[in-house]
Amino acid sequence: MTAPARPAGPAAEASEAISFEVLSDPAGVPRARAMLQRAEWAARAFARYDKQATDRVLHAAAQAGAAHAREYAEWAVRETGFGVADHKVIKNTACSTGLVEAYATHDYVTPRFDPAAKIVEIPRPAGVVLALTPSTNPVASVFFKALLALMTRNAVVISPHPQAAECCADAARTLERAAVAAGAPDGVIQVVDRPSVPLIDALMTDERTSVIVATGGSPVVRAAYSSGTPAIGVGPGNVPVLVDATADLAKAAKRIVDSKSFDNSILCTSESVLIVEEPAAATLLRHLKREGAHLLEPDEAAGVGALLFPGGHFDVRFVGKDAPSIAAEAGLRVPGTTRVLLAPFGMAVPEEPLAHEKLCPVLGLVQVPNAGRGIDVARAVLRIAGRGHSAAIHSTDPRTIMDFGASVDVLRVSVNAGNSLGSSGISTALAPSMTVGTGFFGRSSLTENLEPRHLVQWTRMAYNAEADEAMANFSGLVPWETPAGPVPPYPIASNAAGEGRGPGGYLGADRTPRPGTPLPHVTSEARLGAGTDVAALREEIRRVVIEELAQFAGGFRG
Amino acid sequence: MAEELIAFASKGDMLAKSKEFWNPSKTQFWVDSGVPLVIDRREGYFIYDVEGKRLIDTHLNGGTYNLGHRNPEVVAAVTAAMQHFDIGNHHFPSLARTALSEALVSTGPPGIAKVVFGSGGAEAIDIALKTARHATKRRKIVSVAKAYHGHTGLAVATGDERFSTLFLADRPDEFGHVPFNDLAAMEQALRGKDVAAVIMETIPATYGFPLPAPGYLAGVKRLCEAHGALYIADEVQTGLMRTGELWAISKHGVVPDILVTGKGISGGMYPISAVLVSEAAAGWLSEDGFAHMSSFGGAELGCVAALKTLEITCRPEVRSMVHYSAALIGDGCRKIQALYPGWFVGIRQDGLVMGLEFDHPKGAQFVMRRLYEAGVWAIFSTLDPRVLQYKPGVLITPALCEELLDRTEQAIGLAARDARSGRTQP
Repeated sequence: MTAPARPAGPAAEASEAISFEVLSDPAGVPRARAMLQRAEWAARAFARYDKQATDRVLHAAAQAGAAHAREYAEWAVRETGFGVADHKVIKNTACSTGLVEAYATHDYVTPRFDPAAKIVEIPRPAGVVLALTPSTNPVASVFFKALLALMTRNAVVISPHPQAAECCADAARTLERAAVAAGAPDGVIQVVDRPSVPLIDALMTDERTSVIVATGGSPVVRAAYSSGTPAIGVGPGNVPVLVDATADLAKAAKRIVDSKSFDNSILCTSESVLIVEEPAAATLLRHLKREGAHLLEPDEAAGVGALLFPGGHFDVRFVGKDAPSIAAEAGLRVPGTTRVLLAPFGMAVPEEPLAHEKLCPVLGLVQVPNAGRGIDVARAVLRIAGRGHSAAIHSTDPRTIMDFGASVDVLRVSVNAGNSLGSSGISTALAPSMTVGTGFFGRSSLTENLEPRHLVQWTRMAYNAEADEAMANFSGLVPWETPAGPVPPYPIASNAAGEGRGPGGYLGADRTPRPGTPLPHVTSEARLGAGTDVAALREEIRRVVIEELAQFAGGFRG
Repeated sequence: MAEELIAFASKGDMLAKSKEFWNPSKTQFWVDSGVPLVIDRREGYFIYDVEGKRLIDTHLNGGTYNLGHRNPEVVAAVTAAMQHFDIGNHHFPSLARTALSEALVSTGPPGIAKVVFGSGGAEAIDIALKTARHATKRRKIVSVAKAYHGHTGLAVATGDERFSTLFLADRPDEFGHVPFNDLAAMEQALRGKDVAAVIMETIPATYGFPLPAPGYLAGVKRLCEAHGALYIADEVQTGLMRTGELWAISKHGVVPDILVTGKGISGGMYPISAVLVSEAAAGWLSEDGFAHMSSFGGAELGCVAALKTLEITCRPEVRSMVHYSAALIGDGCRKIQALYPGWFVGIRQDGLVMGLEFDHPKGAQFVMRRLYEAGVWAIFSTLDPRVLQYKPGVLITPALCEELLDRTEQAIGLAARDARSGRTQP
């Protein structure tokens, strides 16, 4: 924090901006800490809301999210440069109104009573949730985590992936406006505009953060777990899918291609390697072709593998790109309607690029003599990356399905379903989730799909077990209430209560900052406009992006 | 620190020397009041006596420590600035002063166009009054009875005689005083059309924060306009988000001609004060910019401290926090009041500006003593010792609010017993 050199002489005057760095704060850390303190206030207030008031807030936010599902889908594709807008609309809707419908009968607010055990359970929210959201499912993750927080009466501070920061920030604010208009406490949803490594570190280690919910690359997840703050972090996927000879091959082919091409395969639940029992291979390949999968020749597949993994690391340029453009880049001619490139290879081993997670519609293909060997290969795929995440099987043989689930190191298996939407609970009865717990296999504290209940703790009041000690009658008692007005109330002078006075502030004057509009002179943004810090910040963001995406892909040299 | 320069055998030794070399009656007053405080360490909203006693500071020197003692962000800004700046030269345009001027204008009331700097609140009040006299070519100034605007030549004349007659500094011919909340009296005072300005603290602090009646300040402004006087808002204590808005006067729908800020504007790290002046009143700055000078006015280190303070204060998060903490502390005080209804008789509150009224002529001094014992520093109102000034900081956390209320409840209860035991002196 030293002042940069002044312009050297008159000649420098016109072009060089005069700035004084004392007032700039490239990382925005103090502002982020202020957000946490505001969130702490909001959480404190929200924790006393009753079910009715909570539901009103939740529904308003969800509806606002759904109403903008397409706008944010398109924005996310535009900003990140990958994915399929139509598919993001599905995810955005599933993670807004869809989520609320899925949990319509759940109650994380009202106390529970167990007269037989003489136990009263009172739900107590976590407090301030720090949500780190990825670039691959940017807005859907913002919706998902914000609504989970609202269901459970938590305040949430969202730190989006830098590559998707703008659409995420806007989406978070849309939800916040709707929530507050429906009675939520001010500051219940906040978002970091310019995430950076020091800023995320400050948020994660701040004692006002009650729990971190981290979705992203391994560095982010590991940092969350190292922060000393309770954390729910989930690891990457690398999804094997086994098709045996008992499967309905036509349906299997359709489900696999639909799933693999969904959002151009940027979900962590997208199939990575297709393992097929040899007797079924020819038929399955015929059906796959009909669904839009293009089978590459072995040398073509090797070429695509080399293209995607230059130097052994996934090239992030290909994240979420469609199949024909990847083929074109590899110098291959494929039909324009191609949805998936099928890339055969021999062994699922670390030095085989095609056995790694590919966040694009390239599906590795391995043929095996029988289902038992298929399970071995699925295990091999997960040794490379993705332990604890998810897998899929297409089969009608209960013994094979059971063996698969008991042997493959994942915590969810989609059966006769595409895994993209299957393991995320959208096309199965698993909990609908953008955050797939990878459990102890995958170095996570979460073994299931993230659900609202993971953000609530319960105070259990247990009566003396002696038979003559009766539990009191709590019927009709609810410790929470619906706030009478805005939270917090506007601070009206005590002698003016009932005068109906509105807020003060010189808000009508153009020159006066409104809430949310920082001072022109003293914001990091203004100061960064001319300084060299911009470059440093950009570099930092670039580093985060690359680190994270590299981890998505997994380097096969390390 | 050169410790040999600041070393005493004991607290008693230090207090004796304080009386000998500094201010005997003031030093003794606090000992007699049960507040034998010699501040040592300070951090956030805590101050520590040299003997280690921790106190929650709800006096904050009238808002000087709004953002807490030694706010780390302000400390960092001033520390960095010291590698480059000193006080500077008041004659020349300066980077920091210009930036702060622009920031104050852009966050100030509509119509504010220029900023003049002083080194303290009273100096700024003098500047404001001189500015008004220049603009109107009138000499008279009107303030409210029991007003307090500082101790310099003009400022002290606007205030209660408590501070002026001792020094023969009262000037009744030029400085009229009218009762607070009395528009008829104000009209009477302005009717002669010979008044340059009315100066008002938005909530008179030293008088115990009596609240302006709804519509009163707007009425005063209208009278000013009708009779050609300027309205000077003294926001030294009420500004900087204490009422949940940057400037309390904005909550009254009043756009002042001149606004004065001091104390908290530089985060308690370097003295500076500022006068925000509308274009119409700022004529002397164009006519003769050398007419008022101040070596330390607008010192550059103070400007940096103030810029940082203003940036922190204007964060939307901070405004939200104040609304939350004002509600929590207000509710908490009302609950305490319900426990001691005949003793704790009133709560004057606008945001985090609070005056607590007790049913005894020196009620607040009883409470102050018990609060000190209980680990809270709050001061009685000099011009109305029934009323305790209770001014938690704008960044106060929920946990500290709860702790403060716990301590306050205990102290108010004990003070009630003291006062009812027949003692007339706290």
